[in-house]
Amino acid sequence: MRTHTRVPRTRALLLAAAVALGAAPAAGCAADRDGDDGRTTISVGLFGSFGFKEAGLYDEYMRLHKDVVIEQTSIQRNENYYPQLLTHLVSDSGLADIQAVEAINIAEITATQAHRLEDLGTAPGVRKDDFLPWKWAQATTKDGRTVGLGTDIGPQAICYRKDLFARAGLPTDREAVGRLWAGDWRAYLETGKRYRAKAPAGTAFTDSASGVLAAITGSSARRFYDEDGTVVYKRNPAVREAWDIAASFATENLTARLQQFTPAWDQAYANATFATVSCPAWMLGYIEDKAGAAGRDRWDVAAAPRPGNWGGSFLVVPRSAKHRAEAVRLAAWLTAPEQQAKLFQRRGSFPSASAAHALPAVSGARHPYFNDAPTGRIYTRAAQGVPVTILGPKDLVIAQNLADVGMLQVDQRGRSPEAGWDAAVRTIDNALDL
Amino acid sequence: MASGTTTAGGAPLRQDAAGERRWRARRHRWDVRWSPYAYIAPFFVFFAAFGLVPLLYTAWASLHRVELTAPADMEWVGLRNFSRLVADEFFWNALKNTVTIGLLSTVPQLLIALGVAHLLHGRLRGSMFFRVVALTPYATSVAAATLVFVLLFGRDYGMVNWALGLAGIGPVNWQNGAWASQFAVSTIVIWRWTGYNALIYLAAMQSIPDELYESAALDGASRWRQFVHVTVPSLRPTILFTIVVSTIGATQLFGEPLLFNGSAGATGGSDHQFQTLGLYLYEQGWVNLHLGRASAIAWAMFLILVLLGTAAGLINAYRRRTG
Repeated sequence: MRTHTRVPRTRALLLAAAVALGAAPAAGCAADRDGDDGRTTISVGLFGSFGFKEAGLYDEYMRLHKDVVIEQTSIQRNENYYPQLLTHLVSDSGLADIQAVEAINIAEITATQAHRLEDLGTAPGVRKDDFLPWKWAQATTKDGRTVGLGTDIGPQAICYRKDLFARAGLPTDREAVGRLWAGDWRAYLETGKRYRAKAPAGTAFTDSASGVLAAITGSSARRFYDEDGTVVYKRNPAVREAWDIAASFATENLTARLQQFTPAWDQAYANATFATVSCPAWMLGYIEDKAGAAGRDRWDVAAAPRPGNWGGSFLVVPRSAKHRAEAVRLAAWLTAPEQQAKLFQRRGSFPSASAAHALPAVSGARHPYFNDAPTGRIYTRAAQGVPVTILGPKDLVIAQNLADVGMLQVDQRGRSPEAGWDAAVRTIDNALDL
Repeated sequence: MASGTTTAGGAPLRQDAAGERRWRARRHRWDVRWSPYAYIAPFFVFFAAFGLVPLLYTAWASLHRVELTAPADMEWVGLRNFSRLVADEFFWNALKNTVTIGLLSTVPQLLIALGVAHLLHGRLRGSMFFRVVALTPYATSVAAATLVFVLLFGRDYGMVNWALGLAGIGPVNWQNGAWASQFAVSTIVIWRWTGYNALIYLAAMQSIPDELYESAALDGASRWRQFVHVTVPSLRPTILFTIVVSTIGATQLFGEPLLFNGSAGATGGSDHQFQTLGLYLYEQGWVNLHLGRASAIAWAMFLILVLLGTAAGLINAYRRRTG
């Protein structure tokens, strides 16, 4: 016997307050201070580094709008940022005027929180045709409200170390390297075996099996969910194939057995212990930071075996934002094609606005750190081939447990690919069960 | 401040003065009667806001299916959230880890603390300096300490493995080995809390009368025998206190294993090998977004502590009756 109750509003507030306590430690203070000089302070809540500030976009906006001050808070990891964002949304407090949402969470936000968010699709200056249709659709509800504007997408390439490739007797020219594995992730695996045969001491072909898994699953249209929202990752042959190929990297000793986005991974960049990594456009800046001056011109960028997408983000404006109208205006401006092109040029985040792809700032861009690789051309081509992946609300939980539980067991604990898969499935089953 | 203020206005009339006196008397009565409540109110208000309300809400939520995406939508499920814990392998794994990490961290921690306190208690040049040093780790934030320990325990570039390598011991995977990771997490706990416990022991030691040591010395007891036969028995209530406090702390262990896992957060390692109950609770509530299930885990933890407390009390009562 189950009854369904809707708690009255006052109690709901109380509950929400209690919920909010759970996330108190990391609670950033959404700025609600307005300048004494009568200027409006718009707060922007982000995770990681979006580069708005670094690329000078805030300064530019504040020059254009003398009455606006922009304040940014950022939490480094989305895993910490997202639960807090949800808590703030459902308790309707502590929110910044603009909040970022990672692509892997956008389905859940659109499905469950849309009534708490502004419709940005109808905001002045926002044109649907400027954006990639699938990006636009991901943040659009069933009744046609677009609650998030795309910032960047994560078309993928393979970043590789020219010096290590040369010492292992592999081609170093980016076109030739791309041809080594064009069209097939298994060819990437075979290249790994060739590398292993003459690998410089202390180096591995790639960083981690989980990184390969994320890259392959990002290149198939149907991943963890099917069209009507059913969880299908378990019986989806594309996911199983991705699993098997990625696990082969571990069992064939082709990985440095690292976990991505950990201090050990950063140190491995600095020490050049792996030769390739699947790099979405947003990862270029990360590699440049971690590999440092010693890696300059040693790294290069080649096309991935198959075009895929990994990550990317959206901006949303909560209905309870203190300065709603100003926030909508700023969000629209930050995601407009011209600004996205600047962000790509200065930070490497690839535009989700297709209107920006043809701009010379994008299509002609070269990356000085990566041997002047024509990153504009490489990523634009990848973006054109990206499949329209079906997203679902629990993508994050599924992807994270496949990577950090199942594949990590195979990579670091020497479990068989079967045992790793079973462990991941058990964890995901437990997590998805209400 | 209810008393001590004067009325405003100019020269008061006589009947006003009488009224004023009555008014003052009444205010004084109120003051005596109600002020104490006002003085203790802050604690109770805070306790209600941050202790009682969450406790009751958690109890209520644990009987419902409720998701973080819509905490106001609650679906009554009775005791299902509790009954499923019985068959939940991850819950039992977390409970087991909590116990083993608890033992791995509490036992050495208290033993070392006792030793350190004994050293600090003896005649020591610059004892104040060493006392401050002993307390420094306690004043360090969990996050800062854990991040440093993550680097120390790094598999490829960590200092611990470098030192072991000098001794010819191969690289240990501190993050994803089963026992290795539990040991590493325990080390952080030990590092942070040993000094704190040592100071508590030191305070208790200083209240032990010197005559006891003198007579023991006259009887020819060595320093070690003095420690075993004088210090430790005198410290028994204090030791009991630190054991209780450390046990509670160990049950709630959260920050260290969470941050030790780097980017993977609440999983507690690829095989959940150092996922504690606190971490599993967090994973259910704030990663998987199941508030109802998380609440049930919270209450299960609470009940386990109550059970432990009752058992300790019973044993104590039994010992007092027989001994």
